[in-house]
Amino acid sequence: MDKTRRKFLKIAGLSAAAGVGAPAGLDMLLGRKAGASDHGGGGQAAQGGEHGTDVKSATGKRYGMVIDIVKFHNNPGLAEKCVEACHSYHNVPDFGNKKDEIKWLWTEKYANAFPEHSQYKSSSEIKAMDILVLCNHCDNPPCVQVCPTKATFKNEDGIVMMDFHRCIGCRFCMAACPYGSRSFNWRDPRGSKNDKPFIEKVNDDFPTRMRGVVEKCSFCAWRLPSGKDPLCVEACGDTKAMIFGDLNDPGSEINQVLKSRFTIQRKPSLGTKPSIFYII
Amino acid sequence: MYNPGRIIISLVIFVGLMLFAFIYNIGNEKEPPELKKPDKKYENCVEPLEEIRASHMVLIDEWRDEVIREGNRKKVEIDGEFYERSLQNGCLHCHKEKEKFCDRCHDYASVSPYCWDCHFDPSAVDKTFLPSENGSEEEASTSHEEVH
Repeated sequence: MDKTRRKFLKIAGLSAAAGVGAPAGLDMLLGRKAGASDHGGGGQAAQGGEHGTDVKSATGKRYGMVIDIVKFHNNPGLAEKCVEACHSYHNVPDFGNKKDEIKWLWTEKYANAFPEHSQYKSSSEIKAMDILVLCNHCDNPPCVQVCPTKATFKNEDGIVMMDFHRCIGCRFCMAACPYGSRSFNWRDPRGSKNDKPFIEKVNDDFPTRMRGVVEKCSFCAWRLPSGKDPLCVEACGDTKAMIFGDLNDPGSEINQVLKSRFTIQRKPSLGTKPSIFYII
Repeated sequence: MYNPGRIIISLVIFVGLMLFAFIYNIGNEKEPPELKKPDKKYENCVEPLEEIRASHMVLIDEWRDEVIREGNRKKVEIDGEFYERSLQNGCLHCHKEKEKFCDRCHDYASVSPYCWDCHFDPSAVDKTFLPSENGSEEEASTSHEEVH
C-alpha cells in the first residue's frame, strides 16, 4: 500500500467535499418537499373551509357530532340532562367554585361559544341561548402537540383521548386548547368541603381522578366498541338534538345531516379542524 | 496496614450493624397474609397463579396501554368466562373486597401502589369516599390562590 502525501490529500479533499455537499443536497431536496407539502396543506385547509379536510386516521374513522341548537332551545332542560348523564357517569367532581370547575360537557352563551361570528344586531334570543360545548376532538389537536408525556393523544378512531395515568398536570394542554375543554383538578376529587363530598354519588364503574390531573371529554370511547353512542347523545333520546357518527363514512347519518344542513364549527379559523358541528 | 486495631474493630462493628436486622429477625418469620379468594365460580385467574403473583402489575399496565392507546377492549376468556381488561371492572369483579386481597398482600410486601388514587373497590365506595380530608382542604385552596 503506498501512502503518499499526495494521495492522502486527494482522498481527504474528496471526503470533505462529499461530507459538506451531501447533507446540503439532501436538505435542498427535503426542503423543497417540505415546502411543497406545507403549501398543499394550506391549500387544502382553504378548500375544506371551516369543515376541515377528510384526513384519514389509522382505522379510517373520524368520529364527530352534530349539535342542533334549535332543538336544544325547544327542549328546555335537555342540555342539563345531557350534562348530568355525562358528569354523573364519569365521576366529574363539583368543587362548588367556578374557578375550579371541572367540565366535560357544559353550556356556553353564543357570544362565548362562537366569538368569531358577529353578534352585531343578532336577535336577543340567539344571544341568550345556552349552547352545549365539549371537547371538539379536533383533527389537528393543539393539546396533543404540546403534551410532553403523550398523556393526551389522538387514538385510532380520531378521538382525542387522555391517559390519566400519564398526566403530570403541567397544564400545557389547557393553555393550548382554544375551547377551554380541559379542566384541572386543583383539589382531590375525592375530598369534601363542609362535609359535602365533591362527587356526590360515585359511579362504581368508572374511576375518579386524582389531584393534579387534567381531564376532559373522551367521546365515551369505552362505549363505542359495543356500538353504543356517547352518553350525552343517548340522553337526547329521540329528539335527535345530538347526532354522533363517523365523519369519514359517506353513508353515516351524521354525513347526511352535514350534507343537508348548514352547520358551523367553533373558531374554525384556528385550523384545529373541530369534529363538532352546530346547526344554528 | 496502618492502625490495624482500629480498622478491624470498625469493620466488625460495621458488619455487625449491617447484619443486625437479619440476626434480630432470625426465627421471627412472618406468615404471609391470608388472602380472600374469589368465589368458587372463578377458579382460574387470567394467567397461571405463579405468573399473576409475580407480574400482575405488568399485566395491568399492559392492559391499560392496550385498552386506552390501542383501543383493544376485547375481553379475556378463561374457561368460558369473559373478563374485562380492567382493574376496577376486571380484577375487582372477582376479587371483591380489595382490603382483604390487594391491601393485605401489599401491606405485607410494604408496597403502596397508587392505583387507588383514582380506581376504587366498587364494593367499598362508601369507605373510600368518606369525607375525611378536611385538613388538606385549606392547603389546597391556598396553593390555588397563589397560582392564580
